Amino acid sequence: MFPPIPNPTTAPVAPKMSDADLVRRSASGSPSQVEFKEPVAKLIDVSKCIGCKACQSACLEWNELHEEIGTFNGTYTNPPDLTPASLTLMRFTEWVNPETDNLEWLIRKDGCMHCADPGCLKACPAPGAIVQYSNGIVDFDHAKCIGCGYCVKGCPFNIPRISQVDHKAYKCTLCSDRVAVGQGPACQKACPTQAIVFGTKTQMKEWAEGRIKDLKSRGYKNAGLYDPPGVGGTHVMYVLQHADKPSIYAGLPDNPRISPIVEAWKGVTKYVGLGVMGFAALAGALHYLVNGANKVSPEDEANAEKLAADKLSSGGRS
Amino acid sequence: MTNSWTDIKNTDLVIIMGGNAAEAHPCGFKWVTEAKATRGAKLVVVDPRFTRSAAVADYYAPIRQGTDIAFLLGVINYLIQNDKIQWDYVKAFTNVGYIVKEGFGYQDGLFTGYDEMKRDYNRSTWDYEIGPDGYAVVDNTLQHPRCVFNLLKQHVSVYTPELVERITGTPKDKFLKVASMMAECSSPTKTMTSMYALGWTQHSKGSQNIRCMAMIQLLLGNIGVRGGGMNALRGHSNIQGLTDIGLMSNLIPGYLTIPTEKEPDFNAYMSTRGFKPLRPNQMSYWQNYKKFFVSFQKAMWGASATADNNWAYDYLPKLDVPAYDVLRAFELMKQGKMNIYFCQGFNPLQAFPNKAKLAEALAKLKLLVIMDPLETETARFWENHGVYNQADPSKIQTEVIQLPTTCFAEDNGSLVNSGRWLQWHWAAGTPPGDAKPDTYIMAQIHLRLKEMYKKDGGAFPDPIVNLTWNYKDPHEPSPDELAKELNGYVVSDVFDPNDPTKKVLEAGKQVPTFGVLRDDGSTAAGCWIYSGCYTEAGNMMARRDNSDPDDTGAYLKWSFAWPANRRIIYNRASCNIDGKPWDDTRKLIWWDGAKWTGYDVPDIAPTAKPQDVGPFIMNPEGVSRLFTRGMMRDGPFPVHYEPFESPVANLIAPKVRGNPVARVFKDDFAQFADVASKEFPYAATSYRLTEHFHYWTKNNHVNSVLQPEFFVEISEQLAKEKSIQNAGWVRVWSKRGSVFAKAYVTKRIRPLMVDGKPVHIVGIPIHWGFVGAAKKGFPANVLTPFVGDANIETPEFKAFLVNIEPSTGPVA
Amino acid sequence: MSAPYDLEKGDAVHPGRPVQVDRYTVGARINHWITAISLILLAISGLALFHPSLYFLTGLFGGGQMTRTIHPWIGVVLFFSFAGMFLRFWKANLWKSEDGTWMRRIRDVIAGHEEKLPELGKYNAGQKMVFWGMSLLIMVLITSGVVIWQAYFASYTTIEQQRIALLVHALAAVAIICVWIVHVYAAIWVKGTISAMTKGQVTGGWAWRHHRKWFRELVSSRKSGTRGTPAE
Repeated sequence: MFPPIPNPTTAPVAPKMSDADLVRRSASGSPSQVEFKEPVAKLIDVSKCIGCKACQSACLEWNELHEEIGTFNGTYTNPPDLTPASLTLMRFTEWVNPETDNLEWLIRKDGCMHCADPGCLKACPAPGAIVQYSNGIVDFDHAKCIGCGYCVKGCPFNIPRISQVDHKAYKCTLCSDRVAVGQGPACQKACPTQAIVFGTKTQMKEWAEGRIKDLKSRGYKNAGLYDPPGVGGTHVMYVLQHADKPSIYAGLPDNPRISPIVEAWKGVTKYVGLGVMGFAALAGALHYLVNGANKVSPEDEANAEKLAADKLSSGGRS
Repeated sequence: MTNSWTDIKNTDLVIIMGGNAAEAHPCGFKWVTEAKATRGAKLVVVDPRFTRSAAVADYYAPIRQGTDIAFLLGVINYLIQNDKIQWDYVKAFTNVGYIVKEGFGYQDGLFTGYDEMKRDYNRSTWDYEIGPDGYAVVDNTLQHPRCVFNLLKQHVSVYTPELVERITGTPKDKFLKVASMMAECSSPTKTMTSMYALGWTQHSKGSQNIRCMAMIQLLLGNIGVRGGGMNALRGHSNIQGLTDIGLMSNLIPGYLTIPTEKEPDFNAYMSTRGFKPLRPNQMSYWQNYKKFFVSFQKAMWGASATADNNWAYDYLPKLDVPAYDVLRAFELMKQGKMNIYFCQGFNPLQAFPNKAKLAEALAKLKLLVIMDPLETETARFWENHGVYNQADPSKIQTEVIQLPTTCFAEDNGSLVNSGRWLQWHWAAGTPPGDAKPDTYIMAQIHLRLKEMYKKDGGAFPDPIVNLTWNYKDPHEPSPDELAKELNGYVVSDVFDPNDPTKKVLEAGKQVPTFGVLRDDGSTAAGCWIYSGCYTEAGNMMARRDNSDPDDTGAYLKWSFAWPANRRIIYNRASCNIDGKPWDDTRKLIWWDGAKWTGYDVPDIAPTAKPQDVGPFIMNPEGVSRLFTRGMMRDGPFPVHYEPFESPVANLIAPKVRGNPVARVFKDDFAQFADVASKEFPYAATSYRLTEHFHYWTKNNHVNSVLQPEFFVEISEQLAKEKSIQNAGWVRVWSKRGSVFAKAYVTKRIRPLMVDGKPVHIVGIPIHWGFVGAAKKGFPANVLTPFVGDANIETPEFKAFLVNIEPSTGPVA
Repeated sequence: MSAPYDLEKGDAVHPGRPVQVDRYTVGARINHWITAISLILLAISGLALFHPSLYFLTGLFGGGQMTRTIHPWIGVVLFFSFAGMFLRFWKANLWKSEDGTWMRRIRDVIAGHEEKLPELGKYNAGQKMVFWGMSLLIMVLITSGVVIWQAYFASYTTIEQQRIALLVHALAAVAIICVWIVHVYAAIWVKGTISAMTKGQVTGGWAWRHHRKWFRELVSSRKSGTRGTPAE
């Protein structure tokens, strides 16, 4: 058993995370003085998950979210997708292993992966609406969010959802409010089988090694840890029975990375665009300085008067 | 449970059959994942559906619902044929060598003594041969043709892997794989735990399903040991407490029994409850029955229960039928013979079979009282909800009174979990509106009745007028007071018989354990098995010390477990005949040369010599029973019987329909589909989903979000055959009713080949109704048959027949 | 003989000193300025979300949320407003052979040596390019803009399509702002131009100098203003 995080005291606790811990803010320069904290991580062991949705329920309750009661949609995945209220979702996939012909019911808890290189943060135009703490948590500041949905495009995992009510982006915060006072996320607390564990990223990787060894002993030769390097690693990691095929787990990206289109948009376009516009304006100014104004001369006016007079007096009656 | 939830972490093999622990018991299931993660334990799931338990299993085998006995007898046959039996255990601790009476026999699915008219057996031959010394005759060489082993070997020999496949639909290779995994646990250092629940109980032969696995566990030497046991996973958080407290019409708290009308006086009652040992030296603990009974009577009627009036024996009702179980109650209601019904935390319109019959019965009541924290369908049975509840209020005269009660989170008290732990809980919230604790409501009723009986007399007012009611506030007995009463207390001082100056028990004190209860009226105890839960040392149920020396999983200082804070019952069997643990790495208790000691409270007299006294102290034999004498109505050995509604005839006994001794009311028989019915060709089963708790959580928004709408599960093959679309509407109907549901077309259900013919399975979750936050839907009991288990009348919810067709959905 | 392609409704000559030429009707001018204001607001609000250093511009619209809300709606206004302009002006902006000559002599254009250029219709090739450039870019912007209009249209496209739309929208916006800079600069550089869009009139000399062909056509088609009386 992974040592459970002790319950908090009832006495007030000063938060251990603050603006001083921010390593990145969206649409802002790098904060200069950062108090680096040990990176944290949530490890989701898909092989231990029984799909009970306690995590989903705990998430709704802890975050005081109101999800709509939907309809049956042909799977146990309810609601059928992440929403601004459902920050985490159990996704169920019925997969027949072609090697064994056995059915495997893959149950993956979907939600924000808390990338080390967060695409949402990169895409966000609102300064400080998306922040990254030195412990790795990527969080949304709803007071600053403008609801543009750029984070949705920036995210390689299709996680953020924009509320149609308050037009703000929502996603898992890794319970930054709980982590700030030394607790684990609500989903981890609620998980009955320790399919979700929480600790430092180093601890989680070590713990995952033991799990992978166990899975390999049970015949899952491709068991492994999902900590995709394409996004600099994540602070939510999965232990997968078939780590060679992440996409069988309800479309978990095989090699997630920030889309090159987003990189181009938020990278070169941003700077080149400003440059081109500035150049155009500057060119105009220079041209004016060098050439001066293009003026109508008195001769031009005279020619015009002459033509007008001639034509209108004669031609008019032709 | 013989063991506890926490003990499951000690196992090597978890077999989930007749249950779905991951889905229905997710919190307890943590100990399975723990066993897997830390011990490398394997998990096997045998179920008609690929469940969420199967999703995390090492091996899954499908089985047709209602054929578990054929599978398990097949396993016993495999164990015997392959000699995978823990012989030292079996020979020492079971009745394998006992000689069965001459005249006992079995043929064509029936044992000797069957009376077709009565649907009952004369069980007189189902017993041991008793020697001239008054003890059962035993042949430890197992040579005697009528010894239990040889009878068993003969009985199971027909259940070959081939026959198992033909009956159960489990492919032979899968059956053999499961059997071989189980067989490995015949080693003294390997254990298997059996986790089961309603998947075994809700059959017309539910008790025998469980018994069958218990026999396997005995043959493997897995009872009484760490990581072993027969572990019934209780559904409601306090359903264990319900049976302990005797909330059945035929029980008295602590598994004592209500007298029958054949026992008009106390002597007649006690004459069948002597429990004389059947072997020398055995404890036969039920010999103390009278102590527990008298103490109960003293708790009930105090000074009015005296030696002179036989401890108020006459105050007890005498049963004229085996039991007034819920099925019988509704039958009587329907016949107009039961006029008033109290539902306390009970929603029978959803929870019992054949909703149409239940509604018809409720409509014949004069008064229906509902005590519940939630709005229930039963309370609204008279209300028209269109297709979901087609009642006509203008034709129903039943007066319905709803008394809102507090829920478990709004009051103090204890809940007994599956592992027999009495865990105290504290109120976490204030009750809404006018909700009152159940105890308050019952006190009001009682005090008013008492007043009326005092004033007006009546045929026999004594049991009510004299009922002990010594509570600080008679209008609201406190949970602590009630718990103390259950624990028991000393009525009058008791002195040491050898030294009359020495006071052994002091009047007014709480008793420390049931060991001190007496049959002379000097002690009182409301429920003897709970003695020790609330002693002079305080409320033992409220203990929260989770220390666990050497990580045995016993947690002796956490709450209180009945009996006597014992965590694994029959734990004497964790040692061999000499009192040495079978497995040194999994020691539980042991004989230190003078007494029993160890991590758990020994389930044996502390100084009982290991070679002399058997571990199964509740049995007069001192050993456990592979042959269960006449104690079960449907046979001393389990037999494969088909469900009453079966897609095929019984292969081993084609003439036997269902369980031959299960009680069926006349009208209900007519409402069963024929065997192998063409009209109802599909084998249905009903079950729970992890997102919901029975019919409660559909009142809760979050749960309703997680599983919003009624659906049924079918295979891709059946969907194709019937042109049913995933998430499309279907109509499902049985001989008793019809429901509309969304279809879940899934790979997790596959048709089974049963005796060469495909059997399609239709899975029906139970959680929807016409009240609550979730989408309106149908409960599964619209479809299910009105018949129960032959021994305890648990309804057959798990196996019945339906038909299915695509639909455009309900028209409200 | 059909009317010259570049004579538009309301174009007229008023003899006098100087000669006044009606170049844009009131309707055309209102249309232009609605378009112009929309484009400027779009550029400002768009730039605010384009680069963090310009995010302060959201303050002009009442903050980020308001900027995000209002930007696409202004885009809709621009689209319809520009559509009106397109219908008015497209014919006069058809490409002609002299436009090719003008383009080849772009150095003279930049140097202001208009005497070396052919006589031009109502619009020169630069203006035509601004017109067609705006038309094309506005189509691109409105299309890509709808794709990334989160509040209403997010569910109709894939995220990958939205990513492409975002990039295209940003590139098109940069381009249209550059076109706009050229357009505005030209109006400032070429004196006497702005009155065309304020008063609706230019002087005869301006028309003679920059759009002589158009001026000749106007004169010869006797499109004289009502204000003028026959020559005295």
